[in-house]
Amino acid sequence: MGILDKHKVLEKNATLLLVFSFLVVTVGGIVEIAPLFYLENTIEEVEGVRPYSPLELTGRDVYIREGCYVCHSQMIRPMRDEVERYGHYSLAAESMYDHPFQWGSKRTGPDLARVGGRYSDEWHVDHLRDPQSVVPESVMPKYGFLEDKLIEGEYVQDLMKTHALVGVPYTDEMIENAAADFKVQVDPWGDYDGLVERYPGAQVRNFDGQPGISEADALIAYLQMLGTLVDFSTFEPVASR
Amino acid sequence: MTDKPTKKPGDVETTGHSWDGIEEFNNPLPRWWLWTFYATIFWGVLYTIAYPAWPLISGATPGVLGYSTRAEVAADITRFEELNAPIEAKLEAADLTAISADAELANYTQNAGAAVFKTWCAQCHGAGAAGVQGQGYPNLLDDDWLWGGSIEDIHLTISHGIRNEEDPDARYSEMPAFGELLAEEEIAGVVQYVRQISGQEADAALATAGETVFLDNCAACHADDGTGDRFQGAPNLTDAIWLYGGSVDDITYTVENARFGVMPSWTSRLSEAEIRAVAAYVHGLGGGE
Repeated sequence: MGILDKHKVLEKNATLLLVFSFLVVTVGGIVEIAPLFYLENTIEEVEGVRPYSPLELTGRDVYIREGCYVCHSQMIRPMRDEVERYGHYSLAAESMYDHPFQWGSKRTGPDLARVGGRYSDEWHVDHLRDPQSVVPESVMPKYGFLEDKLIEGEYVQDLMKTHALVGVPYTDEMIENAAADFKVQVDPWGDYDGLVERYPGAQVRNFDGQPGISEADALIAYLQMLGTLVDFSTFEPVASR
Repeated sequence: MTDKPTKKPGDVETTGHSWDGIEEFNNPLPRWWLWTFYATIFWGVLYTIAYPAWPLISGATPGVLGYSTRAEVAADITRFEELNAPIEAKLEAADLTAISADAELANYTQNAGAAVFKTWCAQCHGAGAAGVQGQGYPNLLDDDWLWGGSIEDIHLTISHGIRNEEDPDARYSEMPAFGELLAEEEIAGVVQYVRQISGQEADAALATAGETVFLDNCAACHADDGTGDRFQGAPNLTDAIWLYGGSVDDITYTVENARFGVMPSWTSRLSEAEIRAVAAYVHGLGGGE
């Protein structure tokens, strides 16, 4: 029996054909995807990258809920024009604690991967309230309502547990102190030493300049942290990556 | 009915399948198509040899060309840095005040400075550098400078920013929130006084009472005559330029809650040459001293 005759068996049996088609496609999947999980050079350890603080994580949820990723990317590609405009190209490690990642696929607005520290908090408040007041040519909608939505952080512990479940290394201590850390990050007069110890580089301010913790506080805390965790004055890129 | 032969002499072979007497020619694939197909396979093999491709145990094959995205962007950036190196070295070595007199540097800073401004500064100060009136984003086109309008002052402001947390050398001053320090009528008086010295319509009686409040509480920074103090970034209150609005409501809000305008530090984001270029550009916009 020639190979074509054997193949005829497959062609004449729909279920068998389906099973074998699936097996063939699986080979492609294994070759392309599986190595990413064990190859050392796909996972670059970078100093400074840490899990998000409770307030930042909440802000990240607001970012996702409002669909910011639809118009803003968080991925500076390794090209000269992007590096000149946005700063150092993004590293895979910088989104290692993102579930899901916020790389985006379209830039109606600018890339936000390194927006942290680029503008003042007041600018962010003005800009969320009425983007056209500071950037007349902008087509961004208004997000002033975020300032009015006060939040208590009552679900932030559960949120962190969920992230821990999918692999973010939140320690028991971090999860235990979630609610306190959430509140103290907007209180520059509070005892925030524990927060900064657990989340190095966390910025403590009243982000929206108004009493209470609003969704705008959380979102601005998240935005002001973006891209600031890695110190690029000491970072040495490995050329093979 | 099916007796009629469908195959004529000289035709190619049929596949041997027959459906109700209908047969299928076994025509060969067109040559051009077949060879293109083989060529793509050959190209694919060469490609995986030349570029990083096959995953192995600890890493992927690097490819004989040694291609790396990171190396490519680094080389690209270096190429432009080298092209700009002579003029940037000259710019960094030059005395700040001498830039505008040197035709080559003046030309370079006008163009490079404009590019830096549009990328990093326009979001607050506006694409035309006119700021946002009444929202605290200063106009850079006029003669009214908070922290000084000489090119050295502008250079220092851009380098370290204002009231930011990241740079210990940032310019810093903080107006107290007088809402907790002064009585309501004292604030009402000082607001009218400030409107009076800035040439706006004011309640004369309240303004007279407000003058004492002003001299006791405000003059230390804004000066006795209200012309401000650039050393502390205290604005001149006697002109018609208002960072946060000059209406009674706006001034009252400012006195009660204070304002705290923040500008980021640019030392960590821009090179010295870029900072000098944009400083010269801003200085040349019209208000430079």
